[in-house]
Amino acid sequence: MRKTFLSQNPSVLIFIALLAIFTIAVTLLSEVTGVGLISTSFVKTLGKTLCLSLVAIAMDVVWGYCGILSLGHFAFFGIGGYAIGMWLMYARTEGIVMTSLASQPLPPTPAEISDAIGNQIFGVVGSSEFPLIWAFADNLFVQLLMVVLVPGALALVFGWLAFRSRVTGVYLSILTQAMTLALALYLFQNDSGLRGNNGLSGLQNIPGFEDSSQAKVSIAFFIASAFALGAAYIGFAWIVSGKMGSIVKGIRDNEARVRFLGYHVESYKLFIFTTTAIAAGIAGALYYPQAGIINPGEVAPIASIYLAVWVAIGGRGRLYGAVIGAVFVSLLSSWFTGGGAPNINLGFYTVQWTDWWLVLLGMSFVAVTLYFPKGIGGLFDYLVRKPS
Amino acid sequence: MSMLLEVNGVSVTFDGFRAINNLSINFAPTELRAIIGPNGAGKTTFMDIVTGKTKPDEGTVVWGERNISLLGMSESQIAREGIGRKFQKPTVFEAQTVRQNLAMALKTPRGPFSVLMHKKTKANGARIEAVAEQIGLADSLTRSAGELSHGQKQWLEIGMLLAQEPRLMLVDEPAAGMTPEEREKTTDILREAAKTRAVVVVEHDMEFVRRLNCKVTVLHEGSVLAEGSLDHVTSNQTVIDVYLGRSHA
Repeated sequence: MRKTFLSQNPSVLIFIALLAIFTIAVTLLSEVTGVGLISTSFVKTLGKTLCLSLVAIAMDVVWGYCGILSLGHFAFFGIGGYAIGMWLMYARTEGIVMTSLASQPLPPTPAEISDAIGNQIFGVVGSSEFPLIWAFADNLFVQLLMVVLVPGALALVFGWLAFRSRVTGVYLSILTQAMTLALALYLFQNDSGLRGNNGLSGLQNIPGFEDSSQAKVSIAFFIASAFALGAAYIGFAWIVSGKMGSIVKGIRDNEARVRFLGYHVESYKLFIFTTTAIAAGIAGALYYPQAGIINPGEVAPIASIYLAVWVAIGGRGRLYGAVIGAVFVSLLSSWFTGGGAPNINLGFYTVQWTDWWLVLLGMSFVAVTLYFPKGIGGLFDYLVRKPS
Repeated sequence: MSMLLEVNGVSVTFDGFRAINNLSINFAPTELRAIIGPNGAGKTTFMDIVTGKTKPDEGTVVWGERNISLLGMSESQIAREGIGRKFQKPTVFEAQTVRQNLAMALKTPRGPFSVLMHKKTKANGARIEAVAEQIGLADSLTRSAGELSHGQKQWLEIGMLLAQEPRLMLVDEPAAGMTPEEREKTTDILREAAKTRAVVVVEHDMEFVRRLNCKVTVLHEGSVLAEGSLDHVTSNQTVIDVYLGRSHA
């Protein structure tokens, strides 16, 4: 069956091949091999872009294929980041504390160690107590499990409540946005146990690899991100092809009809919502060690809206469209807001791209929605004649 | 004869308007039945109740040999019990091919995980082709359903209904927008289907009902006004007054 799946979906093979070539090329040109044509900071940017592509694929499956305009997938992304960030921060702080306590005449007691780590981590929010959610922060395995389980469980419970009540369309979008906003507001609190608006930082330092250069660490994460993206691409392409894909697209186009065919629509939506939330969590867990810092602003509703904009511009209902949208818009965004684009002096007014980029993005979104509903990915339809 | 579906004393009110008023109607396991009635007689609401879309205020809807009530069941459960429905406006999945539309309707396990692990089999392929043959779309299996003509979409939806292998088919205005030849073919399909199951056709078009040549139930203001052969009901003075009288005035 696998053979027919790939032969029926040639775009999957093309995508994987391009991703492999890209990954190998970047690795060879990075500072790790000594070529150094691509700086370590740009490797990180590319690695982060791959993670954003991964969450964009998840968004495309849930929105483009299943018709659920979720404004909560960046929240799942953030939760994944926080889950891995807790371990990264704890383990690294533990290392630092142990080194500093080693010079003392008496060996430190476990309570002293715990206090010292607590002080280091929670000093910024005026506390030194470990909140309950940090109970397993010293255990990498448990925190990795959290990356998958917390977004998955949240999506399962939230989706079950929302789909069961037959909340659809814009109302569902508002509901998911409310969830995202509630999460962001909670994280902003100092007593949330996740350092309030300071967020978690120093995540680029991987405990146990202190001696490795950032060049090596960033390439490792870049390659891991590429693997995750490739695996998710194949997995989701498999889900949305074949009969599952038929039903999911049917739900998008006419939910009631699918119900009268005898399918329990809510289970299908829940399946899609939860698997994509898990994918978003994994993407976040790979993204934030490359970004180095996560704070509640990352989870704010606007991030999830950007995600929808990427997918719309890239082209809904095709996985490569989501990747194109995420890569194109996020790289363009950092070029414009990072001062890469030259400001335009009109004499009476200077167009500063750091301010005007959002206007440009908003106008592109409107233009794409109105005139090119298939997005950039739709251009491929002109190149490739679809076999009928 | 034991009945396949028994609707007893069902009433439903929307915002004070009594769409169905103490309606009682039964269907045998194999029969062809036409339901006619003026606009607002409650034909579509009746289908909504049987398929679980609308919950009645009172009354019972009893199904099958085991006499189970359909009232507490969801739309998808009722569909899995063997009640299929064709909508007034053809609702096929236009973004997908005719084959995909039929494959979705085909009677196979409906759970997400069996669907995810679903493998195409020769037997299922043959069933799809047999249905396509029956509805005259055998040459159009790979075409997108959105490209079909109005009449073909109607047939595709009837085909999806057949693929579902229901014990009761509820068909809402199957002949709407069809040419005379297409109507003839539709009549044949429905009569053939009624040999092995119950087929209930809601129709406005008297010519079409006459061609079906079956028992007719006339609905008016949410309850049964008359029942019998078409000639019998059309000679009923009340029926003439409320329905035929109006359209032939």
